[in-house]
Amino acid sequence: MPSLIEKTACDGLLPVTEAGMTLSECVPLRITSVAPLAGKDRAFGAALKAMGLGWPKPGQSLANGEAKTVWSGRDQAFLIGVTPDGLDDLAAMTDQSDGWARMRLEGPGTEAVLARLVPLDLRATAFPVGSAARTGLNHMMMVLCRTEDAAFEIMVFRSMAASAVHELHHAMKAIAARTAAL
Amino acid sequence: MRINCPLCGTRDRREFTYYGDAVYANRPAEGAPIEAWDDYLHLRDNPAGETRDLWYHELGCSAWIEVTRNTVTHEISATRLLTDRKKPAKRGKKT
Ligand SMILES: [Zn+2]
Repeated sequence: MPSLIEKTACDGLLPVTEAGMTLSECVPLRITSVAPLAGKDRAFGAALKAMGLGWPKPGQSLANGEAKTVWSGRDQAFLIGVTPDGLDDLAAMTDQSDGWARMRLEGPGTEAVLARLVPLDLRATAFPVGSAARTGLNHMMMVLCRTEDAAFEIMVFRSMAASAVHELHHAMKAIAARTAAL
Repeated sequence: MRINCPLCGTRDRREFTYYGDAVYANRPAEGAPIEAWDDYLHLRDNPAGETRDLWYHELGCSAWIEVTRNTVTHEISATRLLTDRKKPAKRGKKT
């Protein structure tokens, strides 16, 4: 049996910094896809409330420190940073921790970087802190959250990590060059 | 072109995949005559005016959406989740 080395999704790719903007890999956390069982949505919502979270509305993410829920589709959400003990009777759950690359893009100009890749209005008025969207990062599926005024969290399939870093870093360099030329 | 996903709000058309006429969601019952299956699989109206399509919010929330649009003006007049088609019509208040 060869000894295998455990690597995160963006190992060797991140962090990268351009003109005060940084793209870094998030600390690996448990990621569980959760879907309330029929008739259990209230009880499941209450269980999430007890964790200081809650069931997110479409387009919403609810955070409590490192832990959060992120709306991910009809009757479906991601529960991140929590080990979902004792919830088996309330929701269908799958552990997807290893399936995603989670990145954080922060700094001035991040909206302009994402505007090059994402077909959404990401200005703070339209996409304030606590917003979540499933959308495209260029041609890739993405889950996007605004965690702070100048910080976004990006989730793409783990197999897309290198492409996503390439696209984002390219856009960061382009925005940095524009800023420097002004 | 933008399509209103009932869950995500208006989104760019690039996020959606077209799946064809909405009659595709009306699957014939088990044991239906062969003509009904022929109709379901192969025969489509080609209206000049209002029509209904199925669209998949593929690069979004993965919802199936029924889009009502006009083939002459290209106007999209309504969208709803495909699952909402199955809900019984709301009953009036008891008097
Ligand atoms: Zn949607």
